[in-house]
Amino acid sequence: MARMKFLCDADRCIECNACVTACKNEHEVPWGINRRRVVTINDGRPGERSISMACMHCTDAPCQAVCPVNCFYTTADAVVLHSKDLCIGCGYCFYACPFGAPQYPKVGNFGSRGKMDKCTYCAGGPEADNSKAEYDKYGSNRLAEGKLPLCAEMCSTKSLLAGDGDIIAQIYKERVVKRGYSSGAWGWQTAYRETIAS
Amino acid sequence: MTALLATRLKTSLKTSLKTSLKACRLLLATLALVGLAALAQPASAQQPNSVNPTASSVKEDQLLEQMRIIRGRGTIPDAKSYNLEQPAGRDWRQFHEVTLPWIGAIAILGMLAALVLFYLIRGMVKIVAGRSGRTILRFNTLERFVHWMTASCFIVLALSGLNITFGKRLLLPLIGADTFATWSQWAKYAHNFLSFPFTLGVVVILLMWIAWNLPSKVDLEWLKEGGGIIGDKHPPAERFNAGQKMIYWIVVVGGGLVAATGYLMMFPFYLTDIAGMQLAQIVHGVVALLFVAAMLGHIYIGTIGMEGAFEAMGTGEVDLNWAKQHHSLWVEEESAKSRGEAPPSRAAPHPAE
Repeated sequence: MARMKFLCDADRCIECNACVTACKNEHEVPWGINRRRVVTINDGRPGERSISMACMHCTDAPCQAVCPVNCFYTTADAVVLHSKDLCIGCGYCFYACPFGAPQYPKVGNFGSRGKMDKCTYCAGGPEADNSKAEYDKYGSNRLAEGKLPLCAEMCSTKSLLAGDGDIIAQIYKERVVKRGYSSGAWGWQTAYRETIAS
Repeated sequence: MTALLATRLKTSLKTSLKTSLKACRLLLATLALVGLAALAQPASAQQPNSVNPTASSVKEDQLLEQMRIIRGRGTIPDAKSYNLEQPAGRDWRQFHEVTLPWIGAIAILGMLAALVLFYLIRGMVKIVAGRSGRTILRFNTLERFVHWMTASCFIVLALSGLNITFGKRLLLPLIGADTFATWSQWAKYAHNFLSFPFTLGVVVILLMWIAWNLPSKVDLEWLKEGGGIIGDKHPPAERFNAGQKMIYWIVVVGGGLVAATGYLMMFPFYLTDIAGMQLAQIVHGVVALLFVAAMLGHIYIGTIGMEGAFEAMGTGEVDLNWAKQHHSLWVEEESAKSRGEAPPSRAAPHPAE
């Protein structure tokens, strides 16, 4: 089995936000929830970089560790998924997540949170693959159809890469060698405890 | 007047022109130097294929070294999402999964073990002189109502809170994921809603009993004698002895802290950022677990630990001998009060007879 990862090549990202839009559309993500977002560092200053960020599907995921009801599970492809049937909306996964990935619909009183929603790596949830129940809760399951996450698939500059970690790391390495510079594999050290030598 | 102003303006213009001219000359000289330096460099350095567009670019590892949170600008309304990376979440995870359960286990199991051991050695603290049969009012209806409102909320809050930290380790394997998730969901609702009467109780307790809970010299003596818990001596005490005063301040300060941090979590990100949320949870968890351990001691001494103690919060009336043994100064004060006030109050109710 592959070890699925995301990699955003910040030297290629043009902050078009198409990944964000594609994700919202593909999964019919509710209003107010963003599974993926683009963050621009040093906006308007020399050395500005934009990075598309979502759940990184961490190795030894912190969200999974802190969940009080153990609603998370890691698939054979190393994709971190969760069950909305078990989630109680306590918000602890957001406190633990290094990437601010978990999102909560606002339901009911106070700041009370509904079932957590986050990037599924286009891999759905615990329900049967591509069932209506799965689509309603988690969006489409492209991985079960043999496709990679849509955000990366339709990235116009191929800045956002998704796929087996070794393969996308190889692609990135070759790019860096060819063009002669890199600003790093953003989030890899935090998520996977490794980085791509450049 | 206008002429004077004009001359002044002229002179100031002149001086500023002079300074800017100086600055221009300095700039030109610098530029010339830089140009010379550039010419002196090999020609290859000026070719476009060696331009490094990342020369001034932000680097992740540098940013992570500089700050705990890498924050940028985003285009969606959710300002929390502008944080690109916040690796502090891993430290919080370590606290929540390792440190906090250990603190809780040591505090609560340690307290239980100490209480069992104490009960086996000391047994129930008896009323030495036996029951007198006469009682004295210790807590009025309002006091008892506030106590039990706070206490019953506390028990539900404690159990639903312990469930968050220990439930998945102890209860989940026994009842299964689905049942546990349903129970936890209701426990969370109870935890959120009962926080309101609990907080109200803590505030009323603070105001209602503070007059009797300020430290005094009597407390020092009481503490020196070990409060009569160890040994058979019963040092004098006022309405609340030093041990009870400690419980009072634990409830007021601990309750205040759990309430404040709890509301921060109930209204997430209203007042604070991610670091503040993590800190709020840390304070909430640690204070709450120590609070539970302290309340176990309070429950023990109010029930099986001491004969005649429960009545104070049960019916509100305690046996006179119990009161004399444990709160001698308070009994003296009360009887002095009733002696002074008794004749008019007894005479007044039945003027027609």
